[in-house]
Amino acid sequence: MSSAREMRMRIRSVKNIAQVTRALEAVSASKVRKAMAAVQATRPYATKAWQVLTHIAGQPGKETLHPLLTRRAEVRKTLVVVISGDRGLAGAYNANIIRFVSQHFDTSPHPVVYVAVGRKGRDMLLRRRKQIIAEFSNLPAAPSFADVSAIGRLAVDEFLRGEVDEVWLAYTDFVNIVKQEPVLKKLLPLEVHRDERVETYETVHLHAAYIYEPEERQILDEIVPRFTALQVYQAILESLASEHAARMVAMRNATDNAVELVGYLQLMYNKARQQSITNDLLDIAGGAEALAQAMSQR
Amino acid sequence: MPIRCEIVSQDRMVYQGEADMVLLPGSEGMMGILPDHAPLLTTLKLGVVTVRIAGREEYFTIAGGIAEVQPDQVTILADAAENVREIDVERAEAARRRAEEMLAKGIPHDTDAYLAVEAALRRSNLRLDAVKRYGKRDTTLPSRKEE
Repeated sequence: MSSAREMRMRIRSVKNIAQVTRALEAVSASKVRKAMAAVQATRPYATKAWQVLTHIAGQPGKETLHPLLTRRAEVRKTLVVVISGDRGLAGAYNANIIRFVSQHFDTSPHPVVYVAVGRKGRDMLLRRRKQIIAEFSNLPAAPSFADVSAIGRLAVDEFLRGEVDEVWLAYTDFVNIVKQEPVLKKLLPLEVHRDERVETYETVHLHAAYIYEPEERQILDEIVPRFTALQVYQAILESLASEHAARMVAMRNATDNAVELVGYLQLMYNKARQQSITNDLLDIAGGAEALAQAMSQR
Repeated sequence: MPIRCEIVSQDRMVYQGEADMVLLPGSEGMMGILPDHAPLLTTLKLGVVTVRIAGREEYFTIAGGIAEVQPDQVTILADAAENVREIDVERAEAARRRAEEMLAKGIPHDTDAYLAVEAALRRSNLRLDAVKRYGKRDTTLPSRKEE
């Protein structure tokens, strides 16, 4: 049994830890809200851009309109953009996304190269000896579109140069505050599904009536790379919300554990203190008894 | 009958409201969109979008983008957009000076860095010009309707 002084110090240190983790939990909670608001703010643009895209590319006979929309016959190399965090202390957040990516691509029949967003993910991919062609770390806490648009551009460039034949995006979807799920999304070639139902006389007729200025191909040139970059941006914001939520939950658990530990240590300390008082009393009583016997024998 | 007008950039909805007429800096030239315009899709270049409603005008600088026109709606997907009144003149000035200094230092032409600085300079110039041209007139206008 450690001494009373050591136990007091241990209790104090655990209490301090609880205080720190409680503060971190509060910080993460407010950051989750901010990140979610940022995700919401990108929705109008994404919805509109998608409408325009499906509108142009979804027309009959336009499937091979643009290289970024065209599926390649043979996939020889895949690029995966993996979004993770720069920092740890977020429970299994970083490990989950890397494990998820490994499960999907370790068995791939053709080479897979990676773009790492976030330092933790980069380190883990390197440890698993993956080939990383680019990394983006130390993003600002609340990234703007301009901060991350380079990632989308890189993906588009690699795809157009023929270096890779498909591009996937791996990020963590924010389901709710206690549930975050790694997900995989195909970034390029962009798949625009033609909705057969809307192919009525009316829509075909309306399509024909559209004025394109300049021509459709050039409009796609503008909009597809932007849409790709936007998807990356959304994924980063979504992952950020997930990261903060994961950290919040991890910190809440740490706080709970610390509080429980303090309770236990306090109990042990009180017991030890009581025991030592009892021992002291026994000593005194024993001493008095012995003294009384010695006196009476004399 | 007014036309609905929405200006969205990647990270926010910049403007949402009705308009009697919308002037766009199309890549093939300026165009004015009135209600019941034929469906149109166009790319936009760096410039100023003017939204005219009930005799007032709102001005927005945009750094390129795409516009979709329907008979009853104009949607502008802008790369970066701001209301002229939101423009921070000092910041725009500072950005212009920075860009000019960098160009003066002589970055080799045709590199990404050169193009980026040049684009930044064009954006700052556009913002400052827009504030100079439209900023004053704006002060006499009633404040923008809450969305």
